[in-house]
Amino acid sequence: MTSVPVGSDPVQEVGIVASGDVVKARQIIRTLAQQSRLSLVDQTKLVTAASELARNTVVYGGGGTMRACVARDGAKVGVWVQFTDQGQGIPDLELALTDGWSSGKGMGLGLSGARRLVDEFDLRSAAGEGTTVTVVKWVR
Amino acid sequence: MAGADMAQRLVQLLTDQRDAFVEQWVDTVVRSLRGRITEAELRRELTELYGAVLEALASGGLAPRAEHFAEVRSLLVELSRNRARQGFSPTETAISVFSLKEVLEPVLSGENDDIRAYLQFSRLLDDLGLFTVEEHGRTREEIISVQAEQLLELSTPVVKLWDGVVGVPLVGTLDSARTQVVMEKLLQSLIDSNSTHAIIDITGVPAVDTQVAQHLLKTVVAARMMGAECTISGIRPQIAQTIVTLGIEFGDIPTKATLSDALRHALAQRAAAGQAGGLL
Repeated sequence: MTSVPVGSDPVQEVGIVASGDVVKARQIIRTLAQQSRLSLVDQTKLVTAASELARNTVVYGGGGTMRACVARDGAKVGVWVQFTDQGQGIPDLELALTDGWSSGKGMGLGLSGARRLVDEFDLRSAAGEGTTVTVVKWVR
Repeated sequence: MAGADMAQRLVQLLTDQRDAFVEQWVDTVVRSLRGRITEAELRRELTELYGAVLEALASGGLAPRAEHFAEVRSLLVELSRNRARQGFSPTETAISVFSLKEVLEPVLSGENDDIRAYLQFSRLLDDLGLFTVEEHGRTREEIISVQAEQLLELSTPVVKLWDGVVGVPLVGTLDSARTQVVMEKLLQSLIDSNSTHAIIDITGVPAVDTQVAQHLLKTVVAARMMGAECTISGIRPQIAQTIVTLGIEFGDIPTKATLSDALRHALAQRAAAGQAGGLL
């Protein structure tokens, strides 16, 4: 799932560098969520997850890119989103996914909360090598 | 022909037919701007600019970013700023500079020296044209940032809902800058209106993520420190589910689905406490 499922719509790519880009990311994801006909609750969950991940990309990853598309896998339809940055990376993935733990000044719920908000969640990172987070939300 | 000679030749050409050139230049530009600026104003601008270019050429040659072009550049800054404010596009702004080329073109004698001088001059105008575009962009950005600030002020009204109860209807994205404004305004209005209750309504906030929640919590804590009670209203079903899944806890802060619920809650609390007065 780190790559787009075959048969999906074309992937949109957008830079996530400043905090204003978080808003842009949210708008793109909301549009895709509406296109793939996610329910209102699932739309909101996905948009919120994307908002958390986009902010992480800006604040902790030093900026990066978001790639997103309407995903199609057989009969399933959903939204596929991937955030990539070349920042300092996450040394301890398990710790980073613990509720309430933050390396910054946040609530420490962004990453772990985002994982709960989506159906598929894949986090790849190593210290000094940047971070890639891929999430998918399927229509139920 | 050396650079200095070329500049001399240009100066001579531009001086000899000064009035005719300016006239033609104004004509060309006026046509491109289609009457959205008066001819008299344009004539004043371009005559001044023409004079400045001529002077710069005479005094120091063809390097457009050099010291002796300072006067020209400052005129161009003014021109671009005016155009940007009046809503002209970058192309329409730059054309004021570029069309001077067209004016000069027909008078070329066809001699190599003349053509070389013209090419140099055209390069100079290219550079000045780009400068106006840059300046145009900068002005637009300034305008946008001023508007963003005004919007920030506009979009965070604090309204008095009842005796002792103020409301803050939030609409749009809640980032750090806006929360700061909201917090300041809310705390000040608690004092100004002598209120004991504040209701923050987030019906118009499209997504509540951890940052938004954190900002809200801080605002509530600040209001509590002043002795006021805060209620958060406008929690729609999808927002409630998302907040729970995210794992955010609002603790003992009362939250309500609608503004009217929140108002009823605030009034009941005031009645229970027998509060007729306010904070002060």
